[in-house]
Amino acid sequence: MQSAAPPNDSPICDFAPRDGEAHIQVRGLTMAYGNFVLQRDLNFTINRGDIFVIMGGSGSGKSTLLNHLLGLNPPAKGQVLFEGHSLWDATPEERDLILRRVGVLYQSGALWSSMTLEENIALPLGEYTNLSERQIRELVGFKLALVGLSGFEDYFPSQISGGMRKRAGLARAMALDPEILFFDEPSAGLDPITAKRLDDLILDLRATLGATVVVVTHELDSIFAIGTNSVFLDIERRTQTALGDPKRLRDECPDPTVHSFLTRGRETIEAAQ
Amino acid sequence: MVTAADAQLEISRPTPETLLIRLAGPWVLRRDLPDLIDAVERHAPRGAVRRIAVDATRLETWDSMLIAELRRLKTMCAAGGVEIDFAALPDGARRLIDLATATSERPPQRRSQGRHGFRVAVGVEVIRAVRSVGDMVGFLGETIQALVAAVRGHARFRWVDLLQVMQEHGPAALPIVGLVNFLVGMIIAFIGAIQLERFAAEIYVANLVGVGVVREMGPMMTAIILAGRTSAAFAAQLGTMQVNEEISAFRTMGIPPMQFLVLPRVIALVLMVPLLTVYADVIGIFGGAVVSLVKLHLSLTLFYQQLVGALSMIDWIGGLIKAAVFGVIIVLSGCLRGMQASRSASAVGYAATSAVVTGIVFIIATDAVFTIIYIVLGI
Repeated sequence: MQSAAPPNDSPICDFAPRDGEAHIQVRGLTMAYGNFVLQRDLNFTINRGDIFVIMGGSGSGKSTLLNHLLGLNPPAKGQVLFEGHSLWDATPEERDLILRRVGVLYQSGALWSSMTLEENIALPLGEYTNLSERQIRELVGFKLALVGLSGFEDYFPSQISGGMRKRAGLARAMALDPEILFFDEPSAGLDPITAKRLDDLILDLRATLGATVVVVTHELDSIFAIGTNSVFLDIERRTQTALGDPKRLRDECPDPTVHSFLTRGRETIEAAQ
Repeated sequence: MVTAADAQLEISRPTPETLLIRLAGPWVLRRDLPDLIDAVERHAPRGAVRRIAVDATRLETWDSMLIAELRRLKTMCAAGGVEIDFAALPDGARRLIDLATATSERPPQRRSQGRHGFRVAVGVEVIRAVRSVGDMVGFLGETIQALVAAVRGHARFRWVDLLQVMQEHGPAALPIVGLVNFLVGMIIAFIGAIQLERFAAEIYVANLVGVGVVREMGPMMTAIILAGRTSAAFAAQLGTMQVNEEISAFRTMGIPPMQFLVLPRVIALVLMVPLLTVYADVIGIFGGAVVSLVKLHLSLTLFYQQLVGALSMIDWIGGLIKAAVFGVIIVLSGCLRGMQASRSASAVGYAATSAVVTGIVFIIATDAVFTIIYIVLGI
């Protein structure tokens, strides 16, 4: 619903789906480091089953937004609601309960370097369940097999390649069968084939586990291959300027920044010539 | 005409309004190139010409050096409203100049203001120091919370980690702790011997060494060695984990890093520092005894008897309580700085340095406080 003169907090291209069950809601969120405002007036909804892409140029606050969604950074203003509950206002116990239903794959994998892959994946299982050691070992084997790393149980993170570390990180993020999976730049530093495989894996996971997926990325191939919904953070205006299916944004959004981002600046360059 | 070894620059003025620059020879990165701007300014003072043309027919090779000069010329001309004609330049060179003079991105507004005066710098440092005390106290509070959770039985850390930290920062430190304290014991005995000999009171060297080492030097030297060894190691470990987002991974898994990472280290060092201190005390006293034997010819038996009379249990306990507190300071300064590290490689180095500095400052300040408390209590 766009009026003729959109108020300050409404995005320029709003193609966000109007139906669907809200999983995470961001309401009037302002992110800041001290006096430095990174983004203001963010308003969007991540629906259950979405593959939601957080897009934007480098330094636009994508990763910071991810930390806000996870309740790691305090909002300067506004709220992040997880199934209607504010993460930041929750008691530590409530927050733990919410977080155990969330899995995160960090940019570098963020495997704990002093533990083997098996111990990495077993740790959250041991923390949150009362499974026997045999059960845990079986689950760990299964999760590692899912990401194609069977037999690497006793390796330390430093002994495997970057792509493998990322997949092992994914296995750890999936340890507790999360309802929401967060990916911070999943294809950064991966070769195109491995990156494509990771995209396929994300699609498979959503199809089989029914999880909601939130991806921070600026890889256009990934964005169009997997994204069903998105938000675009504009670095100049310091707020969101587009919402909705990235393919539709590419074809229909009139905003030049969004358009040039989604077309690799092709048409802007053509126009300039 | 300005001539370098072989790059040549020739400037002429075909009409009063135009300047023609002829470039010849190789214009490549080297020190003795003719100064283009200087030559232009000498031939045509500001505002004298309306147009500058460049002729490059005899230009042999060129590289970034030429482009950099021409770019400067172009900016200068643009500022003075002079038309400049690069049409005669090689294609590649023209394109590079265009690329370099295309509007580049605006640098973003700086988060902090640049340079300040001396008074502001002093103020900033003072605020930082005060904040550092606040940080330590806050961190201590969080540690105590974690400890309470541990006592209640739902602490989350691995016993393997605890044992590993105990091994690495206990027995492994024996040689260096032993060496330093042996020397400190000897130094105290030497200084004491020289003074006490004048009063023919050599036997009191045993008292001096015993009390000095057990109450002060043993705990403090051990703590300072460990501040250098252990604090730095902890800061580097946790700093690297911060860089790799491993700490964030703990948080999002709902595993408090305070419990999982800091608690085993605190427990390990609260046990290990007093044990190392006992060892340090014994070695330090032995160092003193060796000096008394060699320099003052006091027999070891005599030294021992005098020592037993001079030292009470209170001295030992007082020293060991201090040692345990120093252990906490060593862990907290290391872990605090490691957790505060920002996400870059240099931040890890900075964290290690600042952990050692914080550790040593707090150890000595705490030691002073302890001395006053012990004096007031008459211990």
